[in-house]
Amino acid sequence: MGLEEKLPSGFLLTSVEKLVNWTRKSSLWPATFGLACCAIEMMATGAGRYDLARFGMEVFRASPRQADLMIVAGRVSQKMAPVLRQIYDQMPEPRWVLAMGVCASSGGMFNNYAVVQGVDHVVPVDMYLPGCPPRPEMLMDAILKLHHKIQHEPLGERRARQLERDRAEGRARDLLVEMPSTVRVDKEARRAYEEAAAAGRTGQFLIERRGGHVIEPEKTR
Amino acid sequence: MAEHDPATSGESKGLAQASRGGEVERAGRGGAAPAPRRSLLPAPGQGFGVTFAQMFKKVTTEQYPETPKVTKPRYHGRHVLNRHPDGLEKCVGCELCAWACPADAIYVEGGDNTEDARYSPGERYGAVYQINYLRCIFCGLCIEACPTRSLTMSNDFELADDDRRDLIYTKEQLMAPLLPGMEAPPHPMRLGDDEKAYYVREPQSGSAAEPVTVERA
Repeated sequence: MGLEEKLPSGFLLTSVEKLVNWTRKSSLWPATFGLACCAIEMMATGAGRYDLARFGMEVFRASPRQADLMIVAGRVSQKMAPVLRQIYDQMPEPRWVLAMGVCASSGGMFNNYAVVQGVDHVVPVDMYLPGCPPRPEMLMDAILKLHHKIQHEPLGERRARQLERDRAEGRARDLLVEMPSTVRVDKEARRAYEEAAAAGRTGQFLIERRGGHVIEPEKTR
Repeated sequence: MAEHDPATSGESKGLAQASRGGEVERAGRGGAAPAPRRSLLPAPGQGFGVTFAQMFKKVTTEQYPETPKVTKPRYHGRHVLNRHPDGLEKCVGCELCAWACPADAIYVEGGDNTEDARYSPGERYGAVYQINYLRCIFCGLCIEACPTRSLTMSNDFELADDDRRDLIYTKEQLMAPLLPGMEAPPHPMRLGDDEKAYYVREPQSGSAAEPVTVERA
């Protein structure tokens, strides 16, 4: 991307990488790209009750030139696809895309000729968020998962190659992107989740945490 | 033709309105002085007063990741495939959920139970069960369609992932956990001689395996 490509890797640069990634994830400005009903939930997320400003990203930029994250909220029609691509191309690097809702992620229930079957046909997607529409907590969860991903992104070509090598040789640590945000903020729960993931029991994890109750038991409501 | 000037002529009033962009003239608009301010405070004091007063109001923001969101009990969240109290699967592989699904998100393949390998009471079980969460719209029609209450919905909603493939949940991920007293299938029927014993049995309340036995008031 710039200067970091020419620098050697080492302890110092790893720390710089952490710092750079931290700054990037801490002020991730989204571009406004609301297309349908998901946009209503996206607006609710930005408003006072859910307050995206807590994560340094309250400014939904109307201009893609000042945005880092494109939240594609809603179904993308074939006519909208080139527009979407143009907005994406206008965003400066580094940039990320979050496909919000099932329509943006895969076409959802609109399996027809008018709707693009997932925005990853048009732009590279970093995070898929199911839901129809996803509630604001789901969007926040997806954004926090994306933050986690950004925090562990390699800085520069050299680090990217090294990470690729590590992954091929099975030395890289699994990021566990799919870990729920409420689990990740709780240190004890996070450790339990890591154990469950190693045993391949992530599907049952949350139910087991509730003592086998599929929904939250009455007394804790 | 000076008397036919559209801006002044009485007959061509409609034309005059059109030239103003269709706006109708109202009393007290345009040119009239704004309403006088009725406050003793200076204007900045009045303005910042609104901001300042917010400090004493109750905060409405939810501290989401630190405080987990507890939804209403009937919230449509991620699916769960339930088990009978002895650990056998409730799913009979009938595919009614897949038929009901408006988004074609569910894929089921039924299999035959044999005497050596029994996964559910009765003849058939769901051998392959997949839900594509990138298609699922959480409408709950599959839950309504399920004849054995095998498929229900939990309140978990934190599903986002960075890979389309990982969002197709398989049977292993959807199955409810084994609770105390349950045994992982395949095993013979423990609650009776045939499947009828499973379906006409009185549910025992209090167990997590049989969640709601009385309707709440």
